[in-house]
Amino acid sequence: MIYFNSFVFCGFVCLIGQLILDNTKLTPGHVTTLFVILGAFLDSFGIYDLIIDIFGGGALVPITSFGHSLVHGALLSGINSGVMGLVVGMFSLTSAGIISAIIIAFFFSLIFEPKN
Amino acid sequence: MTNKEYSNLVKKHTPKVNHIKSMSLAFFVGGFIGLAGQFLIDFYVKILNVSISNASTYMIVTLIFISSLFTALGFFDKIIEKVRCGIIIPITGFAHAMTSAALEYRKEGFVLGLGSNIFKLTGSVILYGVISAYIFGLIRLFVIGA
Repeated sequence: MIYFNSFVFCGFVCLIGQLILDNTKLTPGHVTTLFVILGAFLDSFGIYDLIIDIFGGGALVPITSFGHSLVHGALLSGINSGVMGLVVGMFSLTSAGIISAIIIAFFFSLIFEPKN
Repeated sequence: MTNKEYSNLVKKHTPKVNHIKSMSLAFFVGGFIGLAGQFLIDFYVKILNVSISNASTYMIVTLIFISSLFTALGFFDKIIEKVRCGIIIPITGFAHAMTSAALEYRKEGFVLGLGSNIFKLTGSVILYGVISAYIFGLIRLFVIGA
C-alpha cells in the first residue's frame, strides 16, 4: 500500500509542476523554487510530517522535501536555542543531499566530457 | 503591426503542447521515481539494518548519484526534454542541474568557470529555500509558538 501511495503522491506533485509549466510562462527554475517554498510553508505548520507518514518515500523524493527538511532542521535546534538555533540547524538534515550533489558533480565534471 | 496582429503571430508560431500527454508522462515518470524512493528505503532498512531516517538519506544520495551519472554520460538531457517535470521536480532534477552546470563550465577554468558557475541553476533553490525557511521558522517560533 505504501508503494502505491508513494507513486500517487510523487506523480501528483510532478503533475502539478507540469500543469504550471505548460500553462504559464514560468521556467523549470521558477517551478522548483516555488515548490521549495511550498514545502517550507507546509512544514512550518506540521502538515508535511503528516504527508510523510501517509505517503512514505514518495513525499521525500520531490524537491518540496528540501524545503521541508530546511525548516525541520532549523526548528529542531531553534526550539532549544532560539534565533541562533535557526541559523545553526538549518542545514542539519539537508546537508547529505547538498554535499553529495556538490561532490558528485565536481568529480564527474573531472572525469567526463560534456556531450553537446 | 498592431499589438493584436503581433500576438496572433506569436500564437501561430508557438509550438502546440499536448497537455494530456505531457501531464500523464510527468505523472507516471514522477510516480515511478517516488516508488523507487520508497523501494530504496525499504531495501536499505532490510540490507544494512539502519533506521528509516538514515535509510531515506541513503536513498536521496543514491538518486543523486544515479541522475548525476546519467547526466555525465550524456543521455539524461534528451529524457528531460521529453518528460520535463516528471524528472525536474524530484531530487533528480536538482542533481541534474548541478552536474550539467559543472560539466559545461569546467572548460572555462577551475575557479572562474567551475567554481563560480556550479550553482548557476541550483542557486535559486538553495537561496529561496534558506530565506523562506528562516522566515517561516521565525514565524513558527515567535508567532505561533514552538
